[in-house]
Amino acid sequence: MLLIHCPYCKDDRPELEFSNAGEAHIVRPTNMSDISDTEFEAMFFMRDNPKGIALERWRHAHGCGRFFNVARNTVSDKFLKVYKAGEPRPSDAEIEELLK
Amino acid sequence: MTPSSKQPYRAKSHGALNHARTVRFTFDGKPYEGLEGDTLASALLANGVHLMGRSFKYHRPRGVMSAGVEEPSALIGISRDKSNSGARVQPNVRASVQEIYDGMNAVSQNRFPSLNFDLGAVNSLLAPFFAAGFYYKTFMWPRKAWDKVYEPFIRRAAGLGESPTETDPDRYANRFEHCDVLIIGGGAAGLMAAKTAAAKKQRIILCDENPSLGGWLLADSDVTIDGKSGTQWVKDTVAELQANENVRLLTRTTGFGYFQQNMVGLVERVTDHLAQPDMDLPRERMWQVRADKVVIAQGAIERHLVFADNDRPGIVLAGAAQKWLNQFGVTVGNNVGVFTACDTAYAAAFDLYEAGTHIAVIVDQRATVDQALLEQANELGIRVMPNAGVVGVTGKLRINGIKVKTASGSEETIEVDALITSAGWTPSLHLYSQSRGKPIWDEASQRFLPGQSPQACVSIGACNGTNDLATTFAEAAKATGGRAPKLEIENDVSLAGGTIGMASESAETGKAFVDFQNDVTAKDIKLAVREGMHSIEHVKRYTTNGMATDQGKLSNMHGLSIAAKMLDKPVPEVGLTTFRAPYTPTTFGSFVAHARGTLFDPSRKTPIHEWAQENGAEFEPVSLWQRAWYFPRPGEDMHEAVDRECRTVRTSAGVFDASTLGKIEVVGPDAAAFMNIMYTNGWDKLKPGRAKYGIMCREDGFIYDDGVVGKLSDTRFHVTTTTGGAPRVLNHMEDYLQTEFPDMQVWLTSTTEQWATIAVQGPKAREIIQPLVTGADISAEKFPHMSVVECQVCGVPARLFRISFTGELGFEINVPADYGRAVWEAIWERAEPAGACAYGTETMHVLRAEKGYIIVGQDTDGTVTPHDAGLSWAVAKSKPDFVGKRGLQRPDLTASGRRQLVGLKTSDPKKVVQEGAQIVADPEQAIPMKMIGFVTSSYWSGTLERSIAMAVLEDGFARMGETLYIPMEDEVIEVEVEGTVFYDPSGEKING
Repeated sequence: MLLIHCPYCKDDRPELEFSNAGEAHIVRPTNMSDISDTEFEAMFFMRDNPKGIALERWRHAHGCGRFFNVARNTVSDKFLKVYKAGEPRPSDAEIEELLK
Repeated sequence: MTPSSKQPYRAKSHGALNHARTVRFTFDGKPYEGLEGDTLASALLANGVHLMGRSFKYHRPRGVMSAGVEEPSALIGISRDKSNSGARVQPNVRASVQEIYDGMNAVSQNRFPSLNFDLGAVNSLLAPFFAAGFYYKTFMWPRKAWDKVYEPFIRRAAGLGESPTETDPDRYANRFEHCDVLIIGGGAAGLMAAKTAAAKKQRIILCDENPSLGGWLLADSDVTIDGKSGTQWVKDTVAELQANENVRLLTRTTGFGYFQQNMVGLVERVTDHLAQPDMDLPRERMWQVRADKVVIAQGAIERHLVFADNDRPGIVLAGAAQKWLNQFGVTVGNNVGVFTACDTAYAAAFDLYEAGTHIAVIVDQRATVDQALLEQANELGIRVMPNAGVVGVTGKLRINGIKVKTASGSEETIEVDALITSAGWTPSLHLYSQSRGKPIWDEASQRFLPGQSPQACVSIGACNGTNDLATTFAEAAKATGGRAPKLEIENDVSLAGGTIGMASESAETGKAFVDFQNDVTAKDIKLAVREGMHSIEHVKRYTTNGMATDQGKLSNMHGLSIAAKMLDKPVPEVGLTTFRAPYTPTTFGSFVAHARGTLFDPSRKTPIHEWAQENGAEFEPVSLWQRAWYFPRPGEDMHEAVDRECRTVRTSAGVFDASTLGKIEVVGPDAAAFMNIMYTNGWDKLKPGRAKYGIMCREDGFIYDDGVVGKLSDTRFHVTTTTGGAPRVLNHMEDYLQTEFPDMQVWLTSTTEQWATIAVQGPKAREIIQPLVTGADISAEKFPHMSVVECQVCGVPARLFRISFTGELGFEINVPADYGRAVWEAIWERAEPAGACAYGTETMHVLRAEKGYIIVGQDTDGTVTPHDAGLSWAVAKSKPDFVGKRGLQRPDLTASGRRQLVGLKTSDPKKVVQEGAQIVADPEQAIPMKMIGFVTSSYWSGTLERSIAMAVLEDGFARMGETLYIPMEDEVIEVEVEGTVFYDPSGEKING
């Protein structure tokens, strides 16, 4: 069982308290009604599923209830970085660094 | 040796057991005597019994091989029930591990009718069929034989013991624990690591699978540490640790699994060794330990030698023989032969000699043997044959001789009653490997060793490939941050050396077993390689080598070496199979612990649950809720009760517990704007005091949930959801609020369990509740359908809705949950004399279906849009955006041919179709027919005196009046398509 650090509670809590909420940094367009079918497909259906660092959303469902983002290595299953919703996506250089 | 009449192989001079404390037990019904502290194996050996089981495939007679958890052969059934009910029968218990207790009842397995004479042994004659890959070859043809012959045969033959069919009557506990250092293994390495860590005031857990700590030191009679014997050093160290409040010592506790982030699963066997366990104790206790650092001190496992008939009873591992002697005071025979490829077996032989056992011969596979060992043997008059091998044995149920072949090719048969063997020691990499560490091949010592684990753990001692005690102590101290202790160590025997693979080449004549538990021979592995299995993962699956419950603790290295030799490849290129949890078989009970029966899942009950129980309700589970299903009167079956409840609601009134409905309070200045995003409907124009049926979609345009929403004020909505959908709807709302619209001033609160909801439905509904309501005018004029008001009911603050899920005049009264039952009873006191009834979910379903109200998840399945469901009126056209708006415009969702929700009436009104039944246009067409839809809801309607159904149907809206067909197994049912509203289509009643 993983221990996950909640950036809002500032504590390591057991995996049981959290739920995964899919890939992070997919922004719902503000002109949602006007986007093309291709854009809709990219936004709603297409996901990266990388081997290595995955940026994904988690929710501290049985805790503070907040959504936040993590960088998880899908090979080692290690949470390498945890950051609040709304904070910027880690740069490629930072991801490279996390993979080391 | 002075043989006692009862335990002839008990050496009085050896062992730590108290000879005055005898224990009586039975094996296959025959009474035996052992000593307190004996394992079943040591006690049977003390009685001269080697034969303890029959093998899996060939039913070969098998003795015990080892004195530890690696035991592949001596698997026993233990019955812990006094009453012989069978519920406490545990199969496949290793005789080398199970401690005996007074009255223990052990039985051998996989034999009929008896161990000595087993009919299944005929399988040995069928051996050609059972060679590697036999599952794949033998049972291929003819196809017809599979169901009737092959599968039943395999199922009957598969598995060793039989598990009980009764419910496990024992209790299992579980605990979470945290510590600075978890030490797995309480041998010399583990104890020294604990001693060092304890000195640094760290919180320590040390576990060991054995009943007492000390590991190999308890079996080594020669070694001294600072002048003390090994056992004395263990005693002193354990006493020191026991006195330290920061140290928790767990014996009979196996570290079986290494999980993420240094979580290690330990299972503690609490009562299996006790004759009369305290009823308050759990049988086993699961520890989930999270440690800052894990010290793995698992030790090493001695390998057997691979030669012909190396599985005959009487052949045991040398280390096991030494342990039985020095720890339990048991000798494995009176005239023992030795076959070895390393030095440790000499120590075992010399100890046995000292205990009075005649050592017939030491056959050493190696050409050069340590001079000191040769001299010692010579001194004791023991014959040593270097550069020789045992190539076969005589005796079936027990060996009586060994065939020895020298390098020059001469053969000789030597009489023995037991043979001890050693091929060297395999470091136990199980937990290291489970921590996702990669085993590294060490060419010089021909073994895999641990490298750097990705987790915070370190391997020390024999499992790290360390062969001597001094280095082990130094490693252990370093592992916990200390300095190498200065200890004077004497008479230590190195674990170095040994061999892997075939021990002697002429072994082709008989069965040379690599894996005892799955009956895999060296020949099988060679065959697998010849048939194209070139990776160890394939060889393993083809031959089943290492796939038994012992996970190849003895066999893996031999199998690997034989395959590598055949392939002429270095061992690491052939690969090592991955070690997986559990390290040793672990009971389901210890994983399940308390989570069984009523504690398996939480059960949610409404404040009115007990009233329903008292009034004879039958219940159905809806998600975690227990809901009143129907209220049968004496003599009524479900059908009759539901029929009566439906009629009563339609003609008089009914009272229904709707408390399980999900409820979410949406509050804040932007509440209406937020509702506009989350629901397809428009919320701006809705006036406070009014309610609306809302549909929630996902971004893809499919219906996600629905429910009535009351607007209490411009900044406060009382949202209801489906019973099962409440958590995901709240999650869905929170997701959008937190991550897409974080600037909105809205707060969401789950209020499902804060409100008890009582629905009163039917023509007499108003008459029933009116006198109970204060602070609101609920007349038809002032309080029309789809209204909400905050008032008092029975003097209790209430949110009163005028809504209906039945099509009748209806109210839903929300009161604080604590008042739920009191208000319900007050209503019931008025309802019952008025001729009303209490009704359950089944009646609710029928009544709503008569009105064509959908149930999300029953009439929709995640591919139904609001338009498909005929709910286009609930989708706002002018709103710039809502979740699902863009999705609904996708070409596939606007194309023709979509399945749309319609009503169905059977031509024969008495015929009720099955939910899920498929619909076709032409029942005469060839199979496979084109299915154009399916039934989603179907009921008998007592009110309409006919069956009704709803279905999703291709282009359903355009098919009104069409006749379609539902082909069933034994008939074809004719149906006519119509609208979904079967009852009161004009809505007269609901607005009454």
